[in-house]
Amino acid sequence: MIIQTKNVDFFYGAFRALTDVTLDFKKNRVTALIGPSGCGKSTLLRLLNRMNDLIDGTRVEGEILFEGQNIYAPNADPVEIRQRIGMVFQKPNPFPKSIFNNITYAPKLAGIRDRGEIEALVEESLKRAVLWDEVKDILTKSAMTLSGGQQQRLCIARALAMKPDVILMDEPTSALDPISTAKIEELIDTLKKHYTIIIVTHNMQQAARISEYTGFFYMGKLIEFNVTEKIFTNPDAKQTEDYITGRFG
Amino acid sequence: MNGQPTHSLMKWRYIKQGVFFGVVRFAALIITLALLGIIVFLLAHGWRAITWDFLTLSPMDSMTKGGIMPAIVGTFYLTVGAIIVALPLGVVSAIYLTEYAKQGLFIRIIRVGVNCLAGVPSVVFGLFGLGFFVVFLKFGSSILAGALTLGFLILPTIIGAAEEALKAVPQTFREASLALGVSKWRTISRIVLPSALPGILTGAILGVGRAAGETAPIMFTAAAFFTSVLPRSVFDEVMALPYHIYVLATAGTHIEQTRPLQYGTALVLIALVLGVDLVAIVLRSMVRRKKRW
Amino acid sequence: MCAVAGSKPAVPAKPKKRTIMESRKRALTSRVREIIIKNLFAFLAFISVLLLGLIVLFLFREGLPIFKQISVSQFLFGSAWYPTYNPPEYGIWPLIVGSVIVTVLSCLIAVPFGLLAAVYISEIAPARIKEILKSIIELLAGLPSVVLGFFGMVILAPWMQETFDLPTGLNIVNASVMLAVMAIPTISSISEDALYAVPREYKEASYALGATKYETIAKVAIPAALSGISTAVILGMARAIGETMVVLMVAGGSAAIPRGLFDSVRPMPASIAAEMGEAPFQSGHYHALFATGIVLFFITLAFNLVADHISNRFKEEGSGTL
Repeated sequence: MIIQTKNVDFFYGAFRALTDVTLDFKKNRVTALIGPSGCGKSTLLRLLNRMNDLIDGTRVEGEILFEGQNIYAPNADPVEIRQRIGMVFQKPNPFPKSIFNNITYAPKLAGIRDRGEIEALVEESLKRAVLWDEVKDILTKSAMTLSGGQQQRLCIARALAMKPDVILMDEPTSALDPISTAKIEELIDTLKKHYTIIIVTHNMQQAARISEYTGFFYMGKLIEFNVTEKIFTNPDAKQTEDYITGRFG
Repeated sequence: MNGQPTHSLMKWRYIKQGVFFGVVRFAALIITLALLGIIVFLLAHGWRAITWDFLTLSPMDSMTKGGIMPAIVGTFYLTVGAIIVALPLGVVSAIYLTEYAKQGLFIRIIRVGVNCLAGVPSVVFGLFGLGFFVVFLKFGSSILAGALTLGFLILPTIIGAAEEALKAVPQTFREASLALGVSKWRTISRIVLPSALPGILTGAILGVGRAAGETAPIMFTAAAFFTSVLPRSVFDEVMALPYHIYVLATAGTHIEQTRPLQYGTALVLIALVLGVDLVAIVLRSMVRRKKRW
Repeated sequence: MCAVAGSKPAVPAKPKKRTIMESRKRALTSRVREIIIKNLFAFLAFISVLLLGLIVLFLFREGLPIFKQISVSQFLFGSAWYPTYNPPEYGIWPLIVGSVIVTVLSCLIAVPFGLLAAVYISEIAPARIKEILKSIIELLAGLPSVVLGFFGMVILAPWMQETFDLPTGLNIVNASVMLAVMAIPTISSISEDALYAVPREYKEASYALGATKYETIAKVAIPAALSGISTAVILGMARAIGETMVVLMVAGGSAAIPRGLFDSVRPMPASIAAEMGEAPFQSGHYHALFATGIVLFFITLAFNLVADHISNRFKEEGSGTL
């Protein structure tokens, strides 16, 4: 158990986006969050590394524990939390800097100054993200020159470089073509040995292919959480069944 | 898992942030104080000078006594003249740039031209007005020459504001009208312009404020040192508030003696210009709040 | 084509029976009208460019005759400006130096303040304060320059003279401070636009990587907005170098090359504004002042073209490697 949410409610102003979400994420497993648009799955994901702090007028109730500590406790520091819980976004968002400097951004902020250590870290991260062979000769080039799929893998490498324990992925392949999507899925499969991965996806085949656990959300509520196979073959809730069989959503 | 020194490093990072935020807030505070300081100072020294006589009489006794009525009237004429020149031309230019023009050399030239025109120093506009309107077209130093010079000075401001207002009109409005078989010009005049009108008006008001406060462009083209009579045609010279301040404060033998008049005139000018600007700002925020698209 | 005159376009007009010939005729006149309007508007929009040309033309017409008397390099680099002596001397080098010094010094003050204010407005301030501060900066931009000059003259100058025990309070520092007040709104509002245009995704990426707000601003937002910020600085400088009334009233007016920051100077715009009234029509002095206007015009034109170039280049490519 690496992350636990306990009776989490979330509000955008007066709008209630999540209701009483209680959920355990297991260490070094891939957990998928699925559900129709606006069901709150992305909102929950962004709560896990306190990215929703950046939006004005939001409010969280309940507890979210990371390794037993409430990350919404008054003395919890969102910056430290985000260093340990990385995030990959829907649209690839590399900085308009060189490939090298994209990777070194977080480690440098975390105080790593040694050139050799940094170079080793860049190589290791890019290798783990299976991008090294494609970019090793153009590390000083702008990240903006890469293709969309490469940019997304760079963003994954960038997140890996700060040595997180958890990686949150918010529909990471929705802006990519099928070939790039397959590469990212393969990558997720290799990463799960070392990292806990939580992925939001609107693509149910993808959830079925890559995840071990799946949570189904509807109208801000967690309807069902179980082993992926069970969710996709024999769900308990009628709503889940309707959704995965394509009756709505 | 960033090793042990994380905690002291984090502290250091937050200290840096705190210092930076402090500096930033300080800068914002100083700017605010600068504006307030100038206004408060002029108010404190000038309010005593503002009387009914001051606003309605002509200067007397070689401008050591009396009021500033001719300067108020002159500034009014010049400003109205400038907006008559700049508003139609500016709006039409903006319509062309946003609605008709396609990417290309011609439009690029116009854009660069407008940008460069916006950057021409006001004193150079004054020289141009002198060389072109006063001397070449033989308007003489007159309301006409001054208003034209000021009008061209604020033209880029008007174009910019009108363009912004036009761009803010949703594309779907245009498409809806065009899809009904309505011609482009009618779409613009019936749909686009009315929607953009408040924004254009804001720009025009800001232009008025700018024109009313300018000195250098009218020094050689319109402004008179002193006239006791009000202008009777557009070919007459006029007094103007900004120039009057300059004259009282720098020229003549009674600089110290006329200080109250200088403060009073500055106060009237600043109240006029900032009042006009404030109207524009409030109008704009009202428009933004009301907007439902 | 059923553009019936007078009907509201959003409400379909009642279909009146019309012969084919009639509606063809209408369509034709409508098309002709469209073409006329388009070309008329294109011409009117082009007036801005014509105007720029006219400005150049008339500056040259009234300014070039001075070069029958002296050479261009004598004019630009001559160190004596005695236009009313006999024989007169028309060297504007001291005026150029005066302009450059007050401009550079005013930007040293205005750039940090303008930039920090922009950062505060776009990244840090709560919504309410942000609106108020934006209005304040807009009002500051609206202050008539003659009022700022007046303020510098009657308040700042006596204060400086007394505090620093100077022969005069009308000097470079005073002029630079007042010019900075004029340049701050330009720098701040353009920088703020540039910061605002930085995609939210960059900032989110930075936060998600465990950066603090300060680090996100300093290492992501400002670098990404750098082209816009440079444009802002250049336009701020252009504003300062072309500003007239402030330097006319508070720079002191001495047409000599200054030796210290508390010396008085006579920047180009001040010289033009102060002397044009006295210069006999189409005399050497008159032409020399127009020629000074030419120099001023081309300096600001260069600044504006550079600013335009920077903002366009980055619009097309994105901000590349930083």
